[in-house]
Amino acid sequence: MAGNFLTTRFEAMLAWGRKFSLFHYPYVTACCGMEYMSAACAHFDIDRFGAGWTRFSPRQSDLLLVVGTIAQKLAPVLKTVYDQMTEPKWVIAFGACTVSGGIYDNYAVVQGIDRVIPVDIYIPGCPPRPETVLDGLLKLQEKIKTQGQDWRWKKKTS
Amino acid sequence: MTTRLQAQARPESLLLNMGPSHPAMHGTIRIMLELDGERILNSEVEVGYLHRGFEKTCEHRTWFNLLIYTDRLNYVSPLINNLGYVMTVEKLLGLEVPERAQWIRVLMSELSRISDHLTCLAAMAMECGAFTAFLYKMKAREFLWDAIEQTTGARMTTSYIRIGGVRADLHPDFEAVVRRAVDETRKVVKDVRGLLDKNPIFLGRTRDIAVMTPDNALSYGWTGPCLRSTGVAYDVRRAQPYLTYDRLDFEIPVGERGDNFDRYLVRMSEMEQSLRIIEQCLKPLARTVPAPSGIAPAEAIREARRRRPDDPVRLSPNLEGSEKAVYPGIMAGDKRYVLPPKEDAYTTIEGLIAHFKHFMAGHGLRPPKGEAYFAVEGGNGELGYYIVSDGSDRPYRLHLRAPCFHIVSALEELIRGRYVADVIPTFGSMNMIGGELDR
Repeated sequence: MAGNFLTTRFEAMLAWGRKFSLFHYPYVTACCGMEYMSAACAHFDIDRFGAGWTRFSPRQSDLLLVVGTIAQKLAPVLKTVYDQMTEPKWVIAFGACTVSGGIYDNYAVVQGIDRVIPVDIYIPGCPPRPETVLDGLLKLQEKIKTQGQDWRWKKKTS
Repeated sequence: MTTRLQAQARPESLLLNMGPSHPAMHGTIRIMLELDGERILNSEVEVGYLHRGFEKTCEHRTWFNLLIYTDRLNYVSPLINNLGYVMTVEKLLGLEVPERAQWIRVLMSELSRISDHLTCLAAMAMECGAFTAFLYKMKAREFLWDAIEQTTGARMTTSYIRIGGVRADLHPDFEAVVRRAVDETRKVVKDVRGLLDKNPIFLGRTRDIAVMTPDNALSYGWTGPCLRSTGVAYDVRRAQPYLTYDRLDFEIPVGERGDNFDRYLVRMSEMEQSLRIIEQCLKPLARTVPAPSGIAPAEAIREARRRRPDDPVRLSPNLEGSEKAVYPGIMAGDKRYVLPPKEDAYTTIEGLIAHFKHFMAGHGLRPPKGEAYFAVEGGNGELGYYIVSDGSDRPYRLHLRAPCFHIVSALEELIRGRYVADVIPTFGSMNMIGGELDR
Protein backbone atom coordinates (compact mmCIF):
# COMPACT_ATOMS: atom_id res chain seq x y z
CA MET A 1 0.00 0.00 0.00
CA ALA A 2 2.69 2.44 0.99
CA GLY A 3 4.74 1.63 -2.10
CA ASN A 4 1.78 2.33 -4.33
CA PHE A 5 1.25 5.75 -2.72
CA LEU A 6 4.87 6.68 -3.18
CA THR A 7 4.90 5.71 -6.85
CA THR A 8 1.91 7.92 -7.63
CA ARG A 9 3.47 10.94 -5.99
CA PHE A 10 6.68 10.27 -7.82
CA GLU A 11 4.82 10.26 -11.13
CA ALA A 12 3.22 13.59 -10.30
CA MET A 13 6.60 15.06 -9.51
CA LEU A 14 8.04 13.65 -12.71
CA ALA A 15 5.15 15.12 -14.70
CA TRP A 16 5.62 18.50 -13.06
CA GLY A 17 9.29 18.47 -13.93
CA ARG A 18 8.72 17.35 -17.47
CA LYS A 19 6.02 19.82 -18.34
CA PHE A 20 8.12 22.82 -17.34
CA SER A 21 11.34 21.70 -18.98
CA LEU A 22 10.38 21.10 -22.56
CA PHE A 23 13.38 21.33 -24.83
CA HIS A 24 11.86 21.92 -28.22
CA TYR A 25 13.10 21.25 -31.70
CA PRO A 26 11.49 23.68 -34.14
CA TYR A 27 11.13 21.90 -37.44
CA VAL A 28 10.58 25.14 -39.31
CA THR A 29 9.77 24.91 -43.00
CA ALA A 30 7.36 27.62 -44.06
CA CYS A 31 5.18 30.60 -43.19
CA CYS A 32 4.34 29.41 -39.67
CA GLY A 33 8.02 29.78 -38.87
CA MET A 34 7.57 33.54 -38.81
CA GLU A 35 4.92 33.21 -36.11
CA TYR A 36 7.08 30.70 -34.30
CA MET A 37 9.85 33.32 -34.27
CA SER A 38 7.42 35.87 -32.89
CA ALA A 39 6.24 33.48 -30.21
CA ALA A 40 9.80 32.63 -29.23
CA CYS A 41 11.04 36.23 -29.09
CA ALA A 42 10.64 39.01 -26.59
CA HIS A 43 7.07 40.09 -27.30
CA PHE A 44 5.35 36.80 -26.59
CA ASP A 45 8.20 35.02 -24.86
CA ILE A 46 7.63 31.29 -24.86
CA ASP A 47 10.25 31.12 -22.11
CA ARG A 48 7.64 32.10 -19.53
CA PHE A 49 6.12 28.64 -19.91
CA GLY A 50 9.30 26.68 -19.55
CA ALA A 51 9.80 25.92 -23.21
CA GLY A 52 12.33 28.55 -24.10
CA TRP A 53 15.24 26.26 -24.69
CA THR A 54 15.56 25.61 -28.40
CA ARG A 55 17.67 22.60 -29.27
CA PHE A 56 18.56 22.13 -32.89
CA SER A 57 19.30 18.48 -32.41
CA PRO A 58 16.48 15.95 -32.21
CA ARG A 59 18.55 13.83 -29.86
CA GLN A 60 18.51 16.53 -27.18
CA SER A 61 14.90 17.58 -27.40
CA ASP A 62 11.62 16.21 -26.15
CA LEU A 63 9.13 18.39 -28.01
CA LEU A 64 8.99 18.36 -31.80
CA LEU A 65 7.31 21.49 -33.14
CA VAL A 66 6.41 20.81 -36.76
CA VAL A 67 6.11 24.35 -38.03
CA GLY A 68 4.89 24.75 -41.58
CA THR A 69 3.97 22.77 -44.64
CA ILE A 70 5.38 19.27 -44.97
CA ALA A 71 5.71 18.41 -48.64
CA GLN A 72 5.87 14.82 -49.85
CA LYS A 73 9.57 15.25 -50.44
CA LEU A 74 10.12 16.34 -46.86
CA ALA A 75 8.00 13.68 -45.14
CA PRO A 76 10.76 11.03 -44.89
CA VAL A 77 13.06 13.61 -43.33
CA LEU A 78 10.43 14.44 -40.73
CA LYS A 79 10.02 10.77 -39.92
CA THR A 80 13.78 10.41 -39.48
CA VAL A 81 13.91 13.40 -37.16
CA TYR A 82 11.06 11.99 -35.08
CA ASP A 83 12.72 8.59 -34.85
CA GLN A 84 15.95 10.19 -33.67
CA MET A 85 14.27 11.76 -30.66
CA THR A 86 14.49 9.87 -27.39
CA GLU A 87 11.52 9.00 -25.20
CA PRO A 88 9.60 10.65 -23.69
CA LYS A 89 8.70 12.81 -26.68
CA TRP A 90 5.78 14.91 -27.77
CA VAL A 91 4.76 16.42 -31.10
CA ILE A 92 2.88 19.63 -31.81
CA ALA A 93 1.37 20.14 -35.25
CA PHE A 94 1.74 23.87 -35.75
CA GLY A 95 -0.59 25.44 -38.30
CA ALA A 96 -3.23 24.31 -40.75
CA CYS A 97 -0.79 22.66 -43.19
CA THR A 98 0.53 20.26 -40.59
CA VAL A 99 -2.92 19.60 -39.18
CA SER A 100 -4.66 18.76 -42.44
CA GLY A 101 -2.71 20.05 -45.42
CA GLY A 102 -4.55 23.36 -45.09
CA ILE A 103 -5.24 25.20 -48.29
CA TYR A 104 -2.78 23.01 -50.16
CA ASP A 105 -5.06 20.17 -51.12
CA ASN A 106 -2.87 18.91 -53.96
CA TYR A 107 -0.31 16.40 -55.12
CA ALA A 108 2.67 17.95 -53.39
CA VAL A 109 1.65 18.32 -49.76
CA VAL A 110 1.15 15.72 -47.03
CA GLN A 111 -2.46 16.02 -45.90
CA GLY A 112 -1.66 16.27 -42.21
CA ILE A 113 1.53 15.10 -40.52
CA ASP A 114 -0.39 12.51 -38.50
CA ARG A 115 -0.05 10.37 -41.61
CA VAL A 116 3.67 10.25 -40.90
CA ILE A 117 4.19 10.65 -37.16
CA PRO A 118 1.88 10.63 -34.10
CA VAL A 119 0.72 14.05 -32.95
CA ASP A 120 -0.17 15.20 -29.43
CA ILE A 121 -1.51 18.71 -29.93
CA TYR A 122 -2.92 20.34 -33.06
CA ILE A 123 -2.70 24.12 -33.32
CA PRO A 124 -5.00 25.47 -36.04
CA GLY A 125 -4.53 28.71 -37.92
CA CYS A 126 -2.89 29.80 -41.12
CA PRO A 127 -0.60 30.79 -39.52
CA PRO A 128 -1.67 30.58 -35.85
CA ARG A 129 -1.19 33.75 -33.85
CA PRO A 130 1.47 33.56 -31.14
CA GLU A 131 -1.29 33.60 -28.49
CA THR A 132 -2.71 30.45 -30.05
CA VAL A 133 0.71 28.86 -29.97
CA LEU A 134 1.09 29.59 -26.28
CA ASP A 135 -2.39 28.18 -25.67
CA GLY A 136 -1.38 25.00 -27.49
CA LEU A 137 1.73 24.76 -25.36
CA LEU A 138 -0.33 25.11 -22.16
CA LYS A 139 -2.65 22.36 -23.40
CA LEU A 140 0.33 20.11 -23.99
CA GLN A 141 1.55 20.80 -20.47
CA GLU A 142 -1.87 19.87 -19.16
CA LYS A 143 -1.67 16.64 -21.13
CA ILE A 144 1.79 15.82 -19.80
CA LYS A 145 0.56 16.45 -16.26
CA THR A 146 -2.31 14.01 -16.57
CA GLN A 147 -0.83 11.26 -18.71
CA GLY A 148 0.97 8.22 -17.31
CA GLN A 149 4.69 8.87 -17.06
CA ASP A 150 7.06 6.59 -18.84
CA TRP A 151 10.32 6.10 -16.98
CA ARG A 152 13.00 3.74 -17.86
CA TRP A 153 13.51 1.85 -14.63
CA LYS A 154 9.78 1.28 -14.14
CA LYS A 155 8.77 -2.37 -14.55
CA LYS A 156 6.92 -2.81 -17.81
CA THR A 157 3.56 -4.49 -17.25
CA SER A 158 2.37 -6.16 -20.36
CA MET B 1 19.67 7.46 -55.03
CA THR B 2 23.06 8.72 -56.09
CA THR B 3 23.22 12.43 -56.51
CA ARG B 4 25.33 14.25 -59.06
CA LEU B 5 27.94 15.08 -56.47
CA GLN B 6 28.15 11.54 -55.15
CA ALA B 7 28.86 10.31 -58.64
CA GLN B 8 31.49 12.94 -59.38
CA ALA B 9 33.29 13.24 -56.05
CA ARG B 10 36.87 12.10 -55.71
CA PRO B 11 37.12 8.91 -53.67
CA GLU B 12 39.42 10.46 -51.05
CA SER B 13 37.24 13.47 -50.24
CA LEU B 14 34.60 13.58 -47.53
CA LEU B 15 30.95 14.02 -48.45
CA LEU B 16 28.91 15.96 -45.91
CA ASN B 17 25.17 16.42 -45.99
CA MET B 18 23.85 19.75 -44.74
CA GLY B 19 20.11 20.02 -44.31
CA PRO B 20 17.24 19.89 -44.89
CA SER B 21 16.91 19.50 -41.15
CA HIS B 22 19.54 22.04 -40.21
CA PRO B 23 18.86 25.28 -38.31
CA ALA B 24 20.56 27.46 -40.90
CA MET B 25 19.00 25.71 -43.90
CA HIS B 26 15.52 26.88 -42.84
CA GLY B 27 14.26 23.32 -43.14
CA THR B 28 13.79 23.42 -46.86
CA ILE B 29 17.10 23.14 -48.63
CA ARG B 30 19.83 20.57 -48.73
CA ILE B 31 23.46 21.11 -49.58
CA MET B 32 25.78 18.22 -50.28
CA LEU B 33 29.37 19.26 -49.68
CA GLU B 34 32.50 17.61 -51.00
CA LEU B 35 35.16 18.45 -48.46
CA ASP B 36 38.90 18.39 -48.22
CA GLY B 37 39.28 18.95 -44.49
CA GLU B 38 37.32 22.13 -43.85
CA ARG B 39 37.52 23.38 -47.42
CA ILE B 40 34.65 22.96 -49.83
CA LEU B 41 35.77 21.51 -53.14
CA ASN B 42 32.33 21.17 -54.68
CA SER B 43 28.76 21.34 -53.58
CA GLU B 44 25.33 20.47 -54.77
CA VAL B 45 22.29 22.45 -53.73
CA GLU B 46 19.00 20.60 -53.79
CA VAL B 47 15.80 22.62 -53.64
CA GLY B 48 12.16 21.60 -53.74
CA TYR B 49 11.54 20.54 -50.14
CA LEU B 50 8.76 23.09 -49.88
CA HIS B 51 7.20 22.52 -53.28
CA ARG B 52 3.52 23.12 -52.63
CA GLY B 53 2.29 23.11 -56.22
CA PHE B 54 1.48 26.81 -56.23
CA GLU B 55 1.42 27.31 -59.98
CA LYS B 56 -0.64 24.21 -60.71
CA THR B 57 -3.09 24.95 -57.88
CA CYS B 58 -3.66 28.43 -59.26
CA GLU B 59 -4.91 26.98 -62.53
CA HIS B 60 -7.80 25.48 -60.58
CA ARG B 61 -8.76 28.57 -58.60
CA THR B 62 -10.68 31.57 -59.82
CA TRP B 63 -8.88 34.87 -60.32
CA PHE B 64 -10.32 36.15 -57.08
CA ASN B 65 -9.74 33.06 -54.96
CA LEU B 66 -6.11 32.39 -55.81
CA LEU B 67 -5.07 35.57 -54.03
CA ILE B 68 -4.66 33.66 -50.77
CA TYR B 69 -1.98 31.45 -52.33
CA THR B 70 0.10 34.49 -53.23
CA ASP B 71 0.21 35.44 -49.53
CA ARG B 72 2.19 32.33 -48.82
CA LEU B 73 4.93 32.73 -51.43
CA ASN B 74 7.33 35.09 -49.78
CA TYR B 75 5.65 34.81 -46.43
CA VAL B 76 7.70 37.54 -44.81
CA SER B 77 6.30 40.18 -47.16
CA PRO B 78 2.89 38.86 -48.24
CA LEU B 79 1.57 42.28 -49.20
CA ILE B 80 4.14 42.68 -51.97
CA ASN B 81 3.18 39.28 -53.37
CA ASN B 82 -0.47 40.30 -53.36
CA LEU B 83 0.52 43.49 -55.12
CA GLY B 84 2.47 41.72 -57.85
CA TYR B 85 -0.36 39.35 -58.68
CA VAL B 86 -3.06 41.99 -58.49
CA MET B 87 -1.18 44.44 -60.68
CA THR B 88 -0.58 41.77 -63.31
CA VAL B 89 -4.31 41.02 -63.45
CA GLU B 90 -5.05 44.73 -63.57
CA LYS B 91 -2.68 45.00 -66.51
CA LEU B 92 -4.61 42.23 -68.26
CA LEU B 93 -7.90 43.99 -67.53
CA GLY B 94 -6.65 47.52 -68.13
CA LEU B 95 -8.04 48.59 -64.77
CA GLU B 96 -7.27 52.00 -63.24
CA VAL B 97 -6.86 52.12 -59.47
CA PRO B 98 -7.87 55.17 -57.39
CA GLU B 99 -5.04 57.33 -56.16
CA ARG B 100 -5.69 56.76 -52.45
CA ALA B 101 -5.54 53.00 -52.99
CA GLN B 102 -2.21 53.44 -54.77
CA TRP B 103 -0.75 55.34 -51.83
CA ILE B 104 -2.03 52.69 -49.43
CA ARG B 105 -0.41 50.02 -51.57
CA VAL B 106 2.92 51.84 -51.48
CA LEU B 107 2.70 52.24 -47.71
CA MET B 108 1.88 48.57 -47.20
CA SER B 109 4.63 47.43 -49.59
CA GLU B 110 7.24 49.38 -47.71
CA LEU B 111 6.08 48.12 -44.32
CA SER B 112 6.40 44.60 -45.72
CA ARG B 113 9.78 45.29 -47.25
CA ILE B 114 11.18 46.40 -43.92
CA SER B 115 9.83 43.33 -42.17
CA ASP B 116 11.37 41.18 -44.91
CA HIS B 117 14.79 42.75 -44.52
CA LEU B 118 14.55 42.62 -40.73
CA THR B 119 13.76 38.92 -40.78
CA CYS B 120 16.54 38.12 -43.24
CA LEU B 121 19.17 40.02 -41.30
CA ALA B 122 17.88 38.72 -37.98
CA ALA B 123 18.29 35.13 -39.14
CA MET B 124 21.69 35.88 -40.66
CA ALA B 125 22.92 37.57 -37.48
CA MET B 126 21.58 34.81 -35.25
CA GLU B 127 23.25 32.14 -37.32
CA CYS B 128 26.52 34.02 -36.93
CA GLY B 129 25.99 34.05 -33.16
CA ALA B 130 24.60 37.56 -32.69
CA PHE B 131 21.49 36.64 -30.74
CA THR B 132 20.91 40.14 -29.38
CA ALA B 133 20.60 41.57 -32.87
CA PHE B 134 18.05 38.86 -33.62
CA LEU B 135 15.90 39.78 -30.63
CA TYR B 136 16.09 43.50 -31.42
CA LYS B 137 14.99 42.99 -35.01
CA MET B 138 12.14 40.73 -34.02
CA LYS B 139 11.01 43.46 -31.65
CA ALA B 140 10.90 46.00 -34.50
CA ARG B 141 9.02 43.53 -36.67
CA GLU B 142 6.27 43.24 -34.07
CA PHE B 143 5.66 46.99 -34.23
CA LEU B 144 5.46 46.87 -38.02
CA TRP B 145 3.08 43.93 -37.89
CA ASP B 146 0.92 45.80 -35.38
CA ALA B 147 0.53 48.55 -37.96
CA ILE B 148 -0.28 46.01 -40.68
CA GLU B 149 -2.67 44.07 -38.48
CA GLN B 150 -4.57 47.15 -37.42
CA THR B 151 -5.61 47.90 -40.99
CA THR B 152 -5.62 44.51 -42.71
CA GLY B 153 -6.85 42.36 -39.84
CA ALA B 154 -4.03 39.82 -40.05
CA ARG B 155 -0.41 39.77 -39.04
CA MET B 156 1.03 37.94 -42.02
CA THR B 157 -1.35 36.35 -44.49
CA THR B 158 -3.41 39.42 -45.17
CA SER B 159 -4.93 39.10 -48.69
CA TYR B 160 -5.42 42.82 -48.29
CA ILE B 161 -4.57 44.11 -51.76
CA ARG B 162 -7.43 43.16 -54.04
CA ILE B 163 -8.01 43.38 -57.77
CA GLY B 164 -9.08 46.98 -58.33
CA GLY B 165 -7.83 48.44 -55.09
CA VAL B 166 -7.47 47.41 -51.48
CA ARG B 167 -9.87 45.60 -49.21
CA ALA B 168 -10.45 48.40 -46.75
CA ASP B 169 -9.38 51.91 -45.97
CA LEU B 170 -6.74 52.56 -43.37
CA HIS B 171 -7.69 52.33 -39.73
CA PRO B 172 -8.65 55.72 -38.23
CA ASP B 173 -5.66 55.61 -35.88
CA PHE B 174 -3.19 54.28 -38.40
CA GLU B 175 -0.97 57.36 -38.41
CA ALA B 176 -0.06 57.10 -34.73
CA VAL B 177 0.65 53.38 -35.01
CA VAL B 178 2.70 53.74 -38.21
CA ARG B 179 4.71 56.60 -36.70
CA ARG B 180 5.41 54.50 -33.62
CA ALA B 181 6.51 51.58 -35.82
CA VAL B 182 8.77 53.90 -37.82
CA ASP B 183 10.35 55.33 -34.68
CA GLU B 184 10.89 51.91 -33.13
CA THR B 185 12.35 50.49 -36.33
CA ARG B 186 14.68 53.44 -36.69
CA LYS B 187 15.91 52.90 -33.14
CA VAL B 188 16.47 49.21 -33.80
CA VAL B 189 18.34 49.86 -37.05
CA LYS B 190 20.62 52.27 -35.18
CA ASP B 191 21.18 49.78 -32.35
CA VAL B 192 21.89 46.90 -34.72
CA ARG B 193 24.33 49.02 -36.69
CA GLY B 194 26.11 49.72 -33.43
CA LEU B 195 26.19 46.02 -32.61
CA LEU B 196 27.27 44.61 -35.95
CA ASP B 197 28.88 47.19 -38.24
CA LYS B 198 32.29 47.13 -36.57
CA ASN B 199 31.97 43.83 -34.77
CA PRO B 200 35.15 41.84 -35.52
CA ILE B 201 33.39 38.47 -35.22
CA PHE B 202 30.68 39.49 -37.64
CA LEU B 203 33.14 41.18 -40.00
CA GLY B 204 35.38 38.13 -39.96
CA ARG B 205 32.55 35.95 -41.15
CA THR B 206 31.14 38.32 -43.75
CA ARG B 207 33.80 40.73 -45.07
CA ASP B 208 35.24 39.60 -48.43
CA ILE B 209 33.48 36.26 -48.24
CA ALA B 210 31.44 34.98 -51.17
CA VAL B 211 32.27 37.89 -53.44
CA MET B 212 30.03 38.30 -56.48
CA THR B 213 31.01 40.37 -59.49
CA PRO B 214 28.37 42.56 -61.18
CA ASP B 215 28.65 40.72 -64.51
CA ASN B 216 28.29 37.34 -62.90
CA ALA B 217 25.37 38.51 -60.80
CA LEU B 218 23.57 39.79 -63.88
CA SER B 219 24.20 36.59 -65.79
CA TYR B 220 22.69 34.57 -62.95
CA GLY B 221 19.64 36.81 -63.05
CA TRP B 222 20.17 38.34 -59.64
CA THR B 223 17.94 41.26 -58.70
CA GLY B 224 17.12 43.17 -55.57
CA PRO B 225 19.41 43.88 -52.64
CA CYS B 226 21.80 41.09 -53.65
CA LEU B 227 22.37 42.59 -57.09
CA ARG B 228 22.64 46.10 -55.70
CA SER B 229 25.31 44.91 -53.27
CA THR B 230 27.54 44.25 -56.28
CA GLY B 231 27.19 47.87 -57.41
CA VAL B 232 24.43 47.63 -60.04
CA ALA B 233 21.75 50.17 -59.18
CA TYR B 234 18.79 48.24 -60.56
CA ASP B 235 15.55 48.66 -58.69
CA VAL B 236 12.16 47.96 -60.28
CA ARG B 237 10.71 50.88 -58.32
CA ARG B 238 13.07 53.19 -60.20
CA ALA B 239 13.59 51.34 -63.49
CA GLN B 240 9.89 50.76 -64.27
CA PRO B 241 8.05 52.89 -61.72
CA TYR B 242 4.65 51.59 -60.71
CA LEU B 243 2.00 53.01 -58.37
CA THR B 244 3.23 56.35 -57.06
CA TYR B 245 6.91 55.52 -56.73
CA ASP B 246 7.86 58.11 -59.37
CA ARG B 247 6.55 60.84 -57.07
CA LEU B 248 8.51 59.70 -54.05
CA ASP B 249 11.95 60.81 -53.00
CA PHE B 250 14.20 57.90 -52.11
CA GLU B 251 17.67 56.65 -52.88
CA ILE B 252 18.89 53.28 -54.10
CA PRO B 253 21.76 52.16 -51.88
CA VAL B 254 24.44 50.15 -53.66
CA GLY B 255 27.38 48.16 -52.36
CA GLU B 256 30.93 48.09 -53.62
CA ARG B 257 32.34 44.62 -53.23
CA GLY B 258 29.38 42.28 -53.46
CA ASP B 259 30.36 40.23 -50.43
CA ASN B 260 28.24 39.08 -47.52
CA PHE B 261 28.83 42.25 -45.58
CA ASP B 262 27.71 44.42 -48.50
CA ARG B 263 24.51 42.42 -48.76
CA TYR B 264 23.94 43.14 -45.08
CA LEU B 265 24.73 46.84 -45.50
CA VAL B 266 22.51 47.30 -48.53
CA ARG B 267 19.58 45.79 -46.68
CA MET B 268 20.22 48.02 -43.68
CA SER B 269 20.35 51.16 -45.84
CA GLU B 270 17.27 50.08 -47.76
CA MET B 271 15.31 49.89 -44.55
CA GLU B 272 16.20 53.51 -43.85
CA GLN B 273 15.00 54.47 -47.34
CA SER B 274 11.78 52.53 -46.85
CA LEU B 275 11.17 54.37 -43.59
CA ARG B 276 11.58 57.62 -45.51
CA ILE B 277 9.04 56.46 -48.10
CA ILE B 278 6.55 55.55 -45.38
CA GLU B 279 6.86 59.01 -43.86
CA GLN B 280 6.26 60.57 -47.26
CA CYS B 281 3.19 58.39 -47.76
CA LEU B 282 1.56 59.61 -44.57
CA LYS B 283 0.94 63.09 -45.96
CA PRO B 284 -1.21 62.18 -49.00
CA LEU B 285 -2.92 59.50 -46.95
CA ALA B 286 -4.09 61.89 -44.24
CA ARG B 287 -7.81 61.34 -44.03
CA THR B 288 -10.03 63.89 -45.71
CA VAL B 289 -13.42 62.34 -44.97
CA PRO B 290 -14.23 61.38 -41.37
CA ALA B 291 -14.52 57.66 -40.66
CA PRO B 292 -18.16 56.66 -41.11
CA SER B 293 -20.08 55.18 -38.24
CA GLY B 294 -23.12 53.03 -38.81
CA ILE B 295 -24.79 49.81 -37.78
CA ALA B 296 -23.87 46.13 -37.90
CA PRO B 297 -24.78 44.02 -40.98
CA ALA B 298 -27.54 41.96 -39.34
CA GLU B 299 -29.15 45.09 -38.00
CA ALA B 300 -28.83 46.73 -41.41
CA ILE B 301 -30.71 43.94 -43.14
CA ARG B 302 -33.60 44.44 -40.72
CA GLU B 303 -33.39 48.19 -41.24
CA ALA B 304 -33.37 47.87 -45.01
CA ARG B 305 -36.70 46.03 -44.95
CA ARG B 306 -38.33 48.98 -43.26
CA ARG B 307 -36.72 51.78 -45.27
CA ARG B 308 -37.40 53.24 -48.67
CA PRO B 309 -34.82 52.32 -51.38
CA ASP B 310 -33.68 55.91 -51.73
CA ASP B 311 -32.81 56.08 -48.03
CA PRO B 312 -29.65 54.00 -47.90
CA VAL B 313 -28.38 52.14 -44.85
CA ARG B 314 -24.81 52.71 -43.65
CA LEU B 315 -22.99 49.66 -42.38
CA SER B 316 -20.23 49.76 -39.82
CA PRO B 317 -18.11 49.07 -37.81
CA ASN B 318 -17.92 45.42 -38.88
CA LEU B 319 -16.87 46.42 -42.40
CA GLU B 320 -13.76 48.05 -40.99
CA GLY B 321 -13.06 50.65 -43.59
CA SER B 322 -14.83 49.22 -46.63
CA GLU B 323 -18.03 51.23 -46.15
CA LYS B 324 -19.84 52.63 -49.12
CA ALA B 325 -18.68 56.17 -48.40
CA VAL B 326 -14.98 55.30 -48.60
CA TYR B 327 -15.37 52.67 -51.32
CA PRO B 328 -14.76 54.93 -54.35
CA GLY B 329 -11.46 56.02 -52.80
CA ILE B 330 -10.07 52.52 -52.35
CA MET B 331 -11.65 50.51 -55.17
CA ALA B 332 -11.91 51.00 -58.93
CA GLY B 333 -15.42 51.78 -60.16
CA ASP B 334 -15.70 49.10 -62.86
CA LYS B 335 -18.60 46.86 -61.82
CA ARG B 336 -17.47 43.97 -64.01
CA TYR B 337 -14.31 43.44 -62.01
CA VAL B 338 -14.96 44.81 -58.57
CA LEU B 339 -17.32 43.64 -55.84
CA PRO B 340 -20.17 45.99 -54.93
CA PRO B 341 -20.01 47.62 -51.50
CA LYS B 342 -21.42 45.42 -48.75
CA GLU B 343 -24.26 47.88 -48.06
CA ASP B 344 -25.55 47.28 -51.58
CA ALA B 345 -25.04 43.53 -51.41
CA TYR B 346 -26.99 43.31 -48.17
CA THR B 347 -29.77 45.75 -48.84
CA THR B 348 -30.42 46.10 -52.60
CA ILE B 349 -31.31 43.50 -55.20
CA GLU B 350 -28.87 44.97 -57.78
CA GLY B 351 -26.00 44.74 -55.32
CA LEU B 352 -26.95 41.20 -54.36
CA ILE B 353 -27.06 40.06 -57.99
CA ALA B 354 -23.75 41.78 -58.75
CA HIS B 355 -22.18 40.09 -55.75
CA PHE B 356 -23.67 36.73 -56.65
CA LYS B 357 -22.54 36.92 -60.26
CA HIS B 358 -19.04 37.75 -59.10
CA PHE B 359 -18.74 34.42 -57.32
CA MET B 360 -20.89 32.21 -59.56
CA ALA B 361 -18.88 29.55 -61.39
CA GLY B 362 -17.96 30.76 -64.85
CA HIS B 363 -19.41 34.23 -64.28
CA GLY B 364 -16.90 36.06 -62.10
CA LEU B 365 -13.93 38.05 -63.17
CA ARG B 366 -12.94 37.03 -66.70
CA PRO B 367 -9.99 38.88 -68.22
CA PRO B 368 -9.74 38.96 -72.01
CA LYS B 369 -7.62 36.38 -73.81
CA GLY B 370 -3.96 37.22 -73.69
CA GLU B 371 -0.89 37.22 -71.55
CA ALA B 372 0.79 39.69 -69.25
CA TYR B 373 3.97 40.03 -67.27
CA PHE B 374 4.36 42.51 -64.51
CA ALA B 375 7.09 42.86 -61.96
CA VAL B 376 7.26 44.65 -58.65
CA GLU B 377 10.22 45.10 -56.36
CA GLY B 378 9.82 42.41 -53.75
CA GLY B 379 11.88 41.91 -50.64
CA ASN B 380 14.37 39.82 -52.58
CA GLY B 381 14.25 41.53 -55.94
CA GLU B 382 12.19 41.52 -59.07
CA LEU B 383 9.03 39.61 -58.22
CA GLY B 384 7.30 39.01 -61.53
CA TYR B 385 4.09 37.29 -62.44
CA TYR B 386 3.51 35.92 -65.91
CA ILE B 387 -0.13 35.12 -66.49
CA VAL B 388 -1.84 33.61 -69.52
CA SER B 389 -5.57 34.02 -69.73
CA ASP B 390 -7.83 32.04 -72.06
CA GLY B 391 -10.82 34.20 -71.28
CA SER B 392 -12.24 31.90 -68.62
CA ASP B 393 -12.74 32.55 -64.93
CA ARG B 394 -9.42 31.04 -63.92
CA PRO B 395 -5.90 31.47 -65.27
CA TYR B 396 -4.69 29.16 -68.01
CA ARG B 397 -1.15 29.41 -66.69
CA LEU B 398 0.44 31.39 -63.94
CA HIS B 399 4.18 31.58 -63.50
CA LEU B 400 6.06 33.32 -60.75
CA ARG B 401 9.49 34.75 -61.36
CA ALA B 402 10.83 34.15 -57.89
CA PRO B 403 13.85 36.37 -57.22
CA CYS B 404 15.50 34.08 -54.71
CA PHE B 405 15.49 31.13 -57.10
CA HIS B 406 18.03 32.97 -59.23
CA ILE B 407 20.00 34.08 -56.20
CA VAL B 408 20.22 30.62 -54.65
CA SER B 409 21.32 29.14 -57.97
CA ALA B 410 24.62 30.98 -57.52
CA LEU B 411 25.21 29.46 -54.09
CA GLU B 412 27.29 26.56 -55.37
CA GLU B 413 29.69 28.92 -57.06
CA LEU B 414 29.91 31.31 -54.12
CA ILE B 415 30.87 28.71 -51.54
CA ARG B 416 33.33 26.81 -53.72
CA GLY B 417 36.79 26.97 -52.19
CA ARG B 418 35.50 28.47 -48.92
CA TYR B 419 35.27 26.87 -45.49
CA VAL B 420 32.23 25.05 -44.16
CA ALA B 421 31.56 27.87 -41.70
CA ASP B 422 31.24 30.33 -44.60
CA VAL B 423 28.18 28.52 -45.92
CA ILE B 424 26.06 29.87 -43.06
CA PRO B 425 26.51 33.66 -43.50
CA THR B 426 26.55 33.31 -47.29
CA PHE B 427 23.29 31.44 -47.31
CA GLY B 428 21.84 33.75 -44.65
CA SER B 429 22.65 36.89 -46.62
CA MET B 430 20.83 35.54 -49.68
CA ASN B 431 17.49 35.50 -47.88
CA MET B 432 16.24 32.18 -49.16
CA ILE B 433 12.48 31.98 -48.63
CA GLY B 434 11.17 28.47 -49.20
CA GLY B 435 7.68 29.40 -50.30
CA GLU B 436 9.02 31.61 -53.04
CA LEU B 437 11.94 29.43 -54.07
CA ASP B 438 10.10 26.13 -54.40
CA ARG B 439 6.66 27.58 -55.07
